[in-house]
Amino acid sequence: MAGLHLPSALDLARSQFAFVVVWHFLYPAFTIGLASFLAVLEACWLVTKKAVFLDTFQYWLRIFAVVFAMGVVSGVVMSYQFGTNWSVFSDKVGPVIGPFLGYEVLSAFFLEAGFLGVMLFGLKRVGPKLHFMATCLVAVGTLVSTFWIIAANSWMQTPAGFVITADGRFFPTSWMKALFNPSFPYRYMHTVVAAYLTTALVVGGVGAFHLLKDKSNPRARLMFSMALWMAAILGPVQIGLGDLHGVNSFHYQPQKVAAMEGQFETERGARSLIFGWPDAKAGVTRFAVGIPKLASLYLTHDPNSVVKGLKAYPRDTWPTNIPLVFFAFRTMVGLGVLIVVLGWTSLFLRWRGRLYDSRLFQRFAVAMGPAGFIAVTAGWITTEAGRQPFTVYGLLRTADSVGPVAAPGVAASLLAFVVVYTVVFGSGMAFTVHLFGQTPGPHDPGPPIDQPTRAAGTTAAPAIAALPERPGDGDASSALDTQA
Amino acid sequence: MTPYLPLIWALLIAVAVFAYVVLDGFDLGVGILFPAVHGHDERNVMVNAVAPVWDGNETWLVMGGGGLFAVFPLAYAILLAALYMPLTIMLLALVFRGVAFEMRFRARHDREQRRWDRSFVGGSYVATFCQGVALGAFIQGIKVSGRGYGGGWWDWLTPFSLMTGVALVVGYALLGACWLIWKTEGELQSRFRHLAARLAWATLAFIAAVSLAMIVISPAFRERWLTLPTAAGAAVVPIVLAGLAWLFFSALRRGRELVPFLCALGFFLLAYIGLGVSLWPMMVPPSITIQAAASPPASQAFLLWGASALIPLVLIYTGYVYWLFRGKVQLGVGYH
Repeated sequence: MAGLHLPSALDLARSQFAFVVVWHFLYPAFTIGLASFLAVLEACWLVTKKAVFLDTFQYWLRIFAVVFAMGVVSGVVMSYQFGTNWSVFSDKVGPVIGPFLGYEVLSAFFLEAGFLGVMLFGLKRVGPKLHFMATCLVAVGTLVSTFWIIAANSWMQTPAGFVITADGRFFPTSWMKALFNPSFPYRYMHTVVAAYLTTALVVGGVGAFHLLKDKSNPRARLMFSMALWMAAILGPVQIGLGDLHGVNSFHYQPQKVAAMEGQFETERGARSLIFGWPDAKAGVTRFAVGIPKLASLYLTHDPNSVVKGLKAYPRDTWPTNIPLVFFAFRTMVGLGVLIVVLGWTSLFLRWRGRLYDSRLFQRFAVAMGPAGFIAVTAGWITTEAGRQPFTVYGLLRTADSVGPVAAPGVAASLLAFVVVYTVVFGSGMAFTVHLFGQTPGPHDPGPPIDQPTRAAGTTAAPAIAALPERPGDGDASSALDTQA
Repeated sequence: MTPYLPLIWALLIAVAVFAYVVLDGFDLGVGILFPAVHGHDERNVMVNAVAPVWDGNETWLVMGGGGLFAVFPLAYAILLAALYMPLTIMLLALVFRGVAFEMRFRARHDREQRRWDRSFVGGSYVATFCQGVALGAFIQGIKVSGRGYGGGWWDWLTPFSLMTGVALVVGYALLGACWLIWKTEGELQSRFRHLAARLAWATLAFIAAVSLAMIVISPAFRERWLTLPTAAGAAVVPIVLAGLAWLFFSALRRGRELVPFLCALGFFLLAYIGLGVSLWPMMVPPSITIQAAASPPASQAFLLWGASALIPLVLIYTGYVYWLFRGKVQLGVGYH
């Protein structure tokens, strides 16, 4: 550990990408699920005409607007991050994954951006049915966007359907193989379910927070109940998907899985570590506490199979930061187990009729509110740090992907990103938390800018605040007509 | 088909960039004009005039970047490395501005709103100026070595690029003023009429100055614009521009509401076409052509299939959203 090492341009470029992408993904992790949740709430409102659904919808729509805006601007940054620091990577793999990003923009970003305006400002202007369509299109847009970006990411993990040219560029040979590359289906499912769970935990946590103040608030009860159904069902599903994803990674990226397991030696009946400190230099995991045969069991579904350790592979193909991969993986799995505990406890309480009464459980739900964000981030760190030292697994090294950039320049822009993101997204997040603290009330006015423009002749009538109908008020659209 | 693919894509990318310039141009322009208007309600009207559409407008920027990555990866790689600093600052400015859009309406007290207003204004100015600087640096030419950027950190910073930076701020302010003439009424509208008149003179002066500077600094541009057949175009463009300018000022005087905006779009279109003719057939001037920058035909064809179905669809529903939010924004109606 002698001497002071200044970080290289490569290290700084990696830090910058990691920083902007971790910040960015916090928003889609929340909005993918929230968009679907909003679509379900609006559908329930249209079918049942119960005001509680519209009020809860408006409450979350207001939050959605703020979070979505942060997701958009941090996403615009992402579309240029490949070029600024990673121009060699862009030139080499652009022919394969570039079109995926092109499709993402054309099939999802425009759709989301276009109909978001209608979703936020248009309920009265277009009527509930068209408005519902806009909400659904935004929700579909988020899932389509996930499809393309996960395809691009998965291709970097398990590349397929390409040839490498003489000058080292990747040219497509089969789009089906490139798009539906071996890890794509697992990663896509795992990511979408993770986003749904993240949303469920936030919604459940906010609902629980308000139930602790007033357990009779019908909107808080609704969001709490819906969120916990989600956690109870998807929690176990996610663990199953995670297992399938792990088996897939074990097949295609065994070094990554060995780093996740902190396993240096090849073992028959490999144990799974609960704790340890992987020391890559010494090639041993210290202070290891583990369960015998468990890793063999979940990686190969045979407790006595042989699992290769890191030492079975060339040293220069090991992930560069093994402790990071090891601990990120444990963070994700640990939180996943807690989510299942939360979901199943809610089933038990529901069965006993005490879901809205148990203050201890509600405190637990509040504490679990941010758990999805942490788990999703830890999951991404596991898979991305585990992909190192490659950008395209096994084929293109990260060190050969970085552009002709100098360390001081990358350091300056990294510093600028850190300062700006902390100030802007920090205050944005503080404000989102403030919105969480606002009690979901009846006649929720929704986003504060109602009706930004009006056709001539339309009166400046009360906002959507006056809209929610009581049961029996009749058809929603006729109520709208009387408003105008 | 194959030899035409890069040309089709170059045209599509050019259209996407132009769509970005004029669409985000008018909503960035609204931010640029903010300091000229002080009233709380008036400022809300200005923001409400673009609130439902700014997000879609900015998506064209992602289309430009993502599209370039997909179909001209070499150009994407070189340009982003070369324009690293102005583009990074532009993105950060857009972050400030985009978040301010949502947050200024939700501010809990005046001081907080003023802070978000400052970030809205600052973001709009800096983003626009950086786009103009990047444009100027691009026009002046990018040093290339092998398949990468071969220049230094500060190559983008020249008197010419600073001038194009200021020019774009003025031009976007004109677009913003004209958009607001269309979307507002009464006293607020007449204020934008006055501003638009002055901004139009300034924009036309900058178009002339940038054109002259291009001919002065570059022998290649000089040759292109002083020899036939393009020299004929060089003679026609100022005449068309003068005609448009006359139409603009007379429409402004006669109280027309949409025509000034359309004329301002015309100014931008003429300048853009002029630029295209100057740079043809380069993707990264002065050395990388459209053909050389193109990704393999398989990549270009794959995305073109989707684009030919999706771009019309995007235009249809984007048009629908604009139509939905047509009409005047009224004072005091938006935010309560």
